[in-house]
Amino acid sequence: MSDISATDTTYEANMGDYFALLKPRVMSLVVFTALVGLLVAPVSDQGFHPFIGFVAILCIAVGAGASGALNMWWDADIDARMKRTAGRPVPSGRVQPGEALGIGLALSGFSIVLLALATNLLAAFLLAFTIFFYAVIYSMWLKRATPQNIVIGGAAGAFPPMIGWAVVTGGVGIESVLMFMLIFMWTPPHFWALALFVKSDYGNAGVPMLTETHGRDATRRHIIIYTLLLVPVAIGLGFTSIGGPFYLTVAVFMNAWFLKGAYDIWKRTDADCDADKHKVEIGVFKVSLYYLFAHFCALLVEAALRVSGLGGW
Amino acid sequence: MAIHVEHEIHERRKGRNYGVGLLLIGFIVIVFGLTVVKVIQLGDAAKFEKFDHVARPQIIPEEGAGE
Repeated sequence: MSDISATDTTYEANMGDYFALLKPRVMSLVVFTALVGLLVAPVSDQGFHPFIGFVAILCIAVGAGASGALNMWWDADIDARMKRTAGRPVPSGRVQPGEALGIGLALSGFSIVLLALATNLLAAFLLAFTIFFYAVIYSMWLKRATPQNIVIGGAAGAFPPMIGWAVVTGGVGIESVLMFMLIFMWTPPHFWALALFVKSDYGNAGVPMLTETHGRDATRRHIIIYTLLLVPVAIGLGFTSIGGPFYLTVAVFMNAWFLKGAYDIWKRTDADCDADKHKVEIGVFKVSLYYLFAHFCALLVEAALRVSGLGGW
Repeated sequence: MAIHVEHEIHERRKGRNYGVGLLLIGFIVIVFGLTVVKVIQLGDAAKFEKFDHVARPQIIPEEGAGE
């Protein structure tokens, strides 16, 4: 053969395809919550250099992206069978599965080692555990095994503020545990509110989802139970060292709003949903987004007020 | 057929190669920046002057200083 281009006609993945492997939308939430965890943490007398903070957030973002790539490598078969995910880089053939695995493993190692060198071993360990939890415990094990997958898997999304806190303090505190619990308890009602109004094809892909395995009434009951469990966590955070009157006001208002929505969903039937085209469920899903954003923003505001001598207890 | 210096694959992979190049530059900047910050955080210059692989008799405690 005299011309090498004769066999070289396959699609060449570009940087955008590799970037899509890292689930940038999930990454943005991780960056936000980790940044809040880092900014509200108490700084020692020696201070905390902003550049180290920047590198730490970068490592957490890259670690989250790495777990996304590992998830896409493992779940390529499921993704290919669902409309929402069929266009992802691996099932669409733009990136080879081996490449996704390689990128996931390489970025995991890179982010964990760099975080350990830049900050401390606890933060690096928590990041490593988060990646392991999302890729192995959630993706490889629970996702296909139980309809409670989203509950336990939600822990992976709850770790970032805890890592941000550990970056600055080198430890774990009641504040970071409650920030973890806030996201952990928020994930199920947020996700199940979505599951009630989105026509999913998880069933076709063989992924057990509560709406399909236990029905919509059971899902409504789960939403109100998890929302009730969420409220004391969110309010309790307001009485710790990172809380204060401003956070508590926001938390009381948002929890009342979310709880009212969960109660409304609980009282509804499928006939109600068909009648108003899931108006309530869609509304509660939106409230759930504001809910998390408002709580973490309120923590940031409280930290800023504390610096100026106004916030805190 | 003559093999041209500029093959079509070079053009096709240009974006990818630039991307990898930028990532490597970013990595260098991060490692350099971290090194500078960590060294500055030591505060006392004598702490890191010890490790410059050069014989520095002035940092060896004088013999009999404690007697």
